[in-house]
Amino acid sequence: MEVFSSLADGILLALMPINLMLILIGVTVGLFIGAMPGLGSVNGVAILLPITFLVPPSSAIIFLAAIYYGAMYGGAISSVTLGIPGASTAVATTFDGRPLALQGRASLALVTAALASFVGGTVATVLFTLFAPLLATMALSFGPPEIFALMLLAFATFVGLGGDDIPKTIFSICFGLVLATVGFDTISGEPRLVLFDIQGFLRGIGFIVLAIGVYGIGEMIWTIEQTRGEVTTTNPKMTAKGMMADSKEATKKGWKGTLIGSFLGFFVGVLPAAGATPGSLMSYGVAKMLSRTPEEYGKGSPDGVAAPEAANNSASTGSMLPMLTLGIPGSPTTAILLGGMVIWGLTPGPRLFLDQSEFVWGLIGSFYISNLAAVLINLAFIPLFVWMLRMPFTILAPLIFVLSIVGGFAASRSMHDLWLIVIFGLGAFFMRKFDYPLAPAVLAIVLGPIAEPTLRQSLLLSSGDPMIFLNRPIAGPITVIAIFLILLPAFKLLRRKKRVAAN
Amino acid sequence: MRQGEISLAGFLALFSLYLMWKSAELPIGYIRGQGPGGGFWPFWLSVGMLLSCCAIAWNWWRGKSPASVSDEPLMDRFGWRTVILVGGGVAGFVAMISVVSMYGAVGLFLVYYLRFLGRHSWLLTLAMAIVLPIALFFFFEGAMQISMPQGMPFTQPFFDVMYDIIY
Repeated sequence: MEVFSSLADGILLALMPINLMLILIGVTVGLFIGAMPGLGSVNGVAILLPITFLVPPSSAIIFLAAIYYGAMYGGAISSVTLGIPGASTAVATTFDGRPLALQGRASLALVTAALASFVGGTVATVLFTLFAPLLATMALSFGPPEIFALMLLAFATFVGLGGDDIPKTIFSICFGLVLATVGFDTISGEPRLVLFDIQGFLRGIGFIVLAIGVYGIGEMIWTIEQTRGEVTTTNPKMTAKGMMADSKEATKKGWKGTLIGSFLGFFVGVLPAAGATPGSLMSYGVAKMLSRTPEEYGKGSPDGVAAPEAANNSASTGSMLPMLTLGIPGSPTTAILLGGMVIWGLTPGPRLFLDQSEFVWGLIGSFYISNLAAVLINLAFIPLFVWMLRMPFTILAPLIFVLSIVGGFAASRSMHDLWLIVIFGLGAFFMRKFDYPLAPAVLAIVLGPIAEPTLRQSLLLSSGDPMIFLNRPIAGPITVIAIFLILLPAFKLLRRKKRVAAN
Repeated sequence: MRQGEISLAGFLALFSLYLMWKSAELPIGYIRGQGPGGGFWPFWLSVGMLLSCCAIAWNWWRGKSPASVSDEPLMDRFGWRTVILVGGGVAGFVAMISVVSMYGAVGLFLVYYLRFLGRHSWLLTLAMAIVLPIALFFFFEGAMQISMPQGMPFTQPFFDVMYDIIY
């Protein structure tokens, strides 16, 4: 009962006029920042952090959390309308959101994303309210072997379930992981893989460089070449009745992905150092694995939009949990929020719930209000985003190229990275011609910086014994499932051969 | 397509070998007390890339992939023209940034694409080529506090005027 009375106080605090106004501004600003390729919640929160010193700490964190929420909703917009994942958390949304837009069903994709995000955010907030201290303790039992096993599972879902050419999928995953290692070895601090001795590679290759190259440039040239310039995204209809129909369809076809994303995303988000990106990618993989029609994934399945979108919102709420209860940020954005809290004179950690209960419950209350505000504001803006797609493709295409290049520079501030975007774009076009799946490479460059250190730390812990991934109670089952999924195509092949031989 | 697939696989195999050699600049084995060396992860992944290329070549030889049994050319005239005009246009856009600034390059690219590739009217082309760079300037330099490349010194008067407006 104490939880509910504290929550009621928190919601009342979030509904105070100043806080409500900050929530509405924060969500709207976050929505547009998130919709911009190259900019995500981390940019919005970092840029607007200084403004929060003008208001009390409880209002400040509510404002920043609203921006975070808004940006999570906004990430889906560029994934669907432009086909470029604006942030790593929206990579998986592109897989099915873009095909839906190309079929003239952008509004269905955007409505599905908005509703799934709302459900994901709400489920996560309820779980947060009820189980915060318990989950924080559980998350601590996830060490490097468990996190690496989770990463292995994420890759395995792509290998085991992809309908694509398996050697090409494995090549794509390995390629993305190698690209993630360029720059410096994070453990020894030595320069590593400085390709052709070009100094620009010392800065590493960011996920956004590969994603913009593949989706913003390569995919666009491929679309123009395949459709001979006659792209069919030009006439999506957008009426109030149509939006209601889309909402119904989204609920009917996306409920399963939404539920998977909501719970799995929250769980992965809670883990320190994991965050919303692995959460959304894993939810996509698991939703595909459990689907009766996995072949529809990647071709415009509403479930394929719902799962990652529910997950990234759910995980973004989940990643606040280790930040508040343990002082460990689960994502770059929560790291900035943590910095803000320290500047405001608050000490994150187990005592925060006792010493600053008004602050904590005000924040939790704001999650509920921000989530509701975000879905309403997002739905209100969907006609505007869909209207963008009604432009002739000869206007939309150069706009996408411009946003890709400008957004790419905004994210990296380096001309070297812009040239890499062009090279990756042209490379992706030719690889696509020969059916190399490129989504696994993007997935790998995102998860690589988590996978490598956890693998090396695990092997250091076990003195080089790889059995550490099998003989621990949590890591073991996850690794076994991952290995099974990796071997699944071989099993399928053997079964098919046996059947042919029997016939 | 058939020749293209094996050529691409061969090129990627060579690139994998280069990555293996480059990774081996750092230790690729287990170092007692320190764990796997810095080159361990990229080296074995590059080995994975090379083995994948071998598998792709094996599938090509057995005619298992669609491209390996196709006698069609990689692209027709329209395809090559698209890659050269669109891809080349984007490369030209990036090359112009160091000369005429990011905003100048955006304007020039829009003129090139809208007028010469899209065949839109001069009115629409010029309106977009002027309005979009200015809108991007206010968004990035004003709202987001992100400075874009300013090109060669001759663009400075433009930036002086614009900075006077936002500051």
